[in-house]
Amino acid sequence: MSVRRLHPNQPKTFAFTPQNSAWAQETIAKYPDGKQASAVIPLLWRAQEQHYGWLPEPAIRVVADMLEMAYIRVYEIATFYTMFQLQPVGKLAHIQVCGTTPCMLRGAQDLVAVCKRKISTQPHILSEDGNFSWEEVECLGVCANAPMVQIWKDTYEDLTPDLLETILNGFASGTPPKAGSQIGRIASSPSAGFTTLTDKTIYAGNSGSNQES
Amino acid sequence: MPRKLIIDGDEIEVDGGTSLLQACELAGREIPRFCYHERLSIAGNCRMCLVQLDGMPKPVASCAMTVNDIRPTRDGSPNVINTRSEVIKKAREGVMEFLLINHPLDCPICDQGGECDLQDQAMVYGTGGSRYEENKRAVDEKYFGPLIKTSMTRCIQCTRCVRFMTEVAGVEELGAVGRGEDMEITTYLKHGIDSELSANVVDLCPVGALTHRPWAYNARPWELHKTESVDVMDGLGSAVHVHTRAREVMRILPRLNEDINEEWISDKTRHVSDGLRTQRLDRPYLRKNGRLEPVSWSEAFEAIVERIRATDSSFIGAIAGDMVGAEEMFALKDLMGRLGVRNIDCRQHGEVFNPTWGRASYVFNPGVAAIDEADAIVLIGTNPRIEAAVLNGRIRKRWRGGGINISVVGEPHELTYPYKFIGSSGPALASMERDGLGDAERPIFIIGPGVYRRPDGEAILSKIARLAKSLGALKTDWNGFAVLHTTAALVAGLDLEFVPKIGALKTSEIVSGAAEVIYNLGADEIEVQSDAFVIYQGTHGDRGAQRADVILPGAAYTEKIATFVNTEGRAQRTSRAVFPPGDAREDWTIIRALSECLNAKLPYDNIQQLRDAMFRAAPVLKDVGMMSCTDNSDIDRLLRLDGKVGIEPLTSIVMDFYLSNPIARASSIMAELSALSQANKTPVAAE
Repeated sequence: MSVRRLHPNQPKTFAFTPQNSAWAQETIAKYPDGKQASAVIPLLWRAQEQHYGWLPEPAIRVVADMLEMAYIRVYEIATFYTMFQLQPVGKLAHIQVCGTTPCMLRGAQDLVAVCKRKISTQPHILSEDGNFSWEEVECLGVCANAPMVQIWKDTYEDLTPDLLETILNGFASGTPPKAGSQIGRIASSPSAGFTTLTDKTIYAGNSGSNQES
Repeated sequence: MPRKLIIDGDEIEVDGGTSLLQACELAGREIPRFCYHERLSIAGNCRMCLVQLDGMPKPVASCAMTVNDIRPTRDGSPNVINTRSEVIKKAREGVMEFLLINHPLDCPICDQGGECDLQDQAMVYGTGGSRYEENKRAVDEKYFGPLIKTSMTRCIQCTRCVRFMTEVAGVEELGAVGRGEDMEITTYLKHGIDSELSANVVDLCPVGALTHRPWAYNARPWELHKTESVDVMDGLGSAVHVHTRAREVMRILPRLNEDINEEWISDKTRHVSDGLRTQRLDRPYLRKNGRLEPVSWSEAFEAIVERIRATDSSFIGAIAGDMVGAEEMFALKDLMGRLGVRNIDCRQHGEVFNPTWGRASYVFNPGVAAIDEADAIVLIGTNPRIEAAVLNGRIRKRWRGGGINISVVGEPHELTYPYKFIGSSGPALASMERDGLGDAERPIFIIGPGVYRRPDGEAILSKIARLAKSLGALKTDWNGFAVLHTTAALVAGLDLEFVPKIGALKTSEIVSGAAEVIYNLGADEIEVQSDAFVIYQGTHGDRGAQRADVILPGAAYTEKIATFVNTEGRAQRTSRAVFPPGDAREDWTIIRALSECLNAKLPYDNIQQLRDAMFRAAPVLKDVGMMSCTDNSDIDRLLRLDGKVGIEPLTSIVMDFYLSNPIARASSIMAELSALSQANKTPVAAE
């Protein structure tokens, strides 16, 4: 992780859309009186989602004003949590490559190499067409299907460098692949097919169990 | 509940809420610390205060654990704490080593050198060398405004500055951004800190990350002489240390005084020191052919004697300014008395106070420290944030304690705590009398210059006195009638009755033509509108000196031993840290010398004799450091005052905090701060 700074090029203003404003008011109302500041992370997150996946500086002030917090307090939060992107991310895809131990052992660095080659040599830097960006992140909890990447809200698992390239091409051509395992398995079921409990008859018994295969 | 502890073999009984660090200190152990500070919240992030607690697997941070947090032993015997064991020695060495990993080795060029906690504690608790061979971290410079120089690579992230600004100063402008190794202390987007107490963070900084920008690279702490003194920039009389080198005041730092300023001072008190060096009057001047020309003392005196002899005493007036000591006011009053002059006034801003009402009518009766006990505070015609910044911090501290109502009558300023705005002008007092203050037992009515500098001030004071009486501020054990003075000299002047008796001229009359000779003792806020002959005795080439016909150079507050009485009525004494520049002299000696030329020799040859005479005239000045008791019945005298209250809002008069006196106006730092605060006040269109 490196020092996180606000991006030098910032939009002049930021405002929540009417729908998001209404949602924000509901969210704030979930907290007791005087504790509105608790809503700061959901609001910043919604601001980031609204603003092309990254959090601009005016949004920090807007959220601070909504919650009656000092700007510096919201700024602290935005810089503390690395899921808040402080610089523009790819318009089509922001690839978060998991680099924690299981993924690392299963070849995450090869995926990083693909990102460096296809997108930019440094993380958080947009590709030349502005459509892609990447970063290495800590564990995303899909260790059984390592290595994996997260793009927006979906995870793409069981990757190889080739599969990652296919995914990137899919996003580039507007036909993103189906999320989940890219080698066809369901969730984290065995990648080479089932090896135990394969005999269907054990499910068809009449021992009173309701389990059917 | 008190509990027993055994600290390094010594048994001690402490209250359950005490932190282990405090308990160890009570037992006489020194616990090193960086982030812990008595007046700030507990952070517990520097880990320097580790102690060994029996039953705990690891050393514990003693600042963040209270005695109540300790699990009692099975047999009920006192818990055992060890601060001197080998484990603790190693733990401290380890913490020190971690802190020094990223700390640069630039002590030789660091202004904190010599008064640096990290340096000192590394000497005592650290190991001799470093095992670290990686690159050190470097941090971008930050901008904290003109007073605070940052060198954030040195920062050890104790967050004292963040906590001070948030908790004491009440201005949430500093924060810690990023995390872990990359955590940085900063303001929001290079915004300078907009607070009157901001420079205190430099005192709090245990390393050289924050240093005083105006004093950068000027002096080393070990070259400086330290003199205990008292501040005169506002009416509080904060305790200060004046640091001098040779004949120069290098800096002014706060000194602990729990009753007044705790350990804070305002930025003005601190950084006015460069004003003591510039624009000084260092020799007598006499106006010849319309121009002020340097002359000898005797020539200046001759000119004065000639004019005074030629003028009838009823056309002579004397005005005392905001920063003159009681000694010179007493000497001047004495001299004027001997010359038969009755037109004397120390109320250059037109304050309405009258010593005949009694002392309780013009002092801060409850005392500054009593704010901690108050359960309601009413601010009338005052903006304590600029008129007495440290006092405002105290009100904020009280507000943080909870259970207090703060109301404002006057201008609704941006204070550092929420308040209820009652109204802007006199009639609001009536509505307050109607509504009451709830069940407040110990209310304080803080009365500012927005009340007592108005022509109808007497009538408003009378209304406030009635209000205070009806709302329970005047009891046998509580007097909540609190006049907040913004100048250092006025209370002593009133104590000495340096005011015109009935029929004599007051300031506004003296300056507007009724006097032909005016003896101006350091009064720079008046404008002499007539062609009177003006004798100015003071320290700076400011408004007073420009209009003067004779200038007698006096001594500033750091150059004389003078008595000042603060707004509470507490007599305090400044000390001579340096000598006055050039031919300038201590003020009372000038008056004494002049008296001899006028054949009205004052009967004292040294300061002690003068003081003896002064104490006979005003015994309250004798008890230095003490707040003498005031009489509640004095307030009753105010009730009898009459007059009509105008409907103009009770606006505060001190418009520019940073330029309110000649020393401040001579200071380039104050000019910069003033410009900055004006810029902050005008709304900016875009970032």
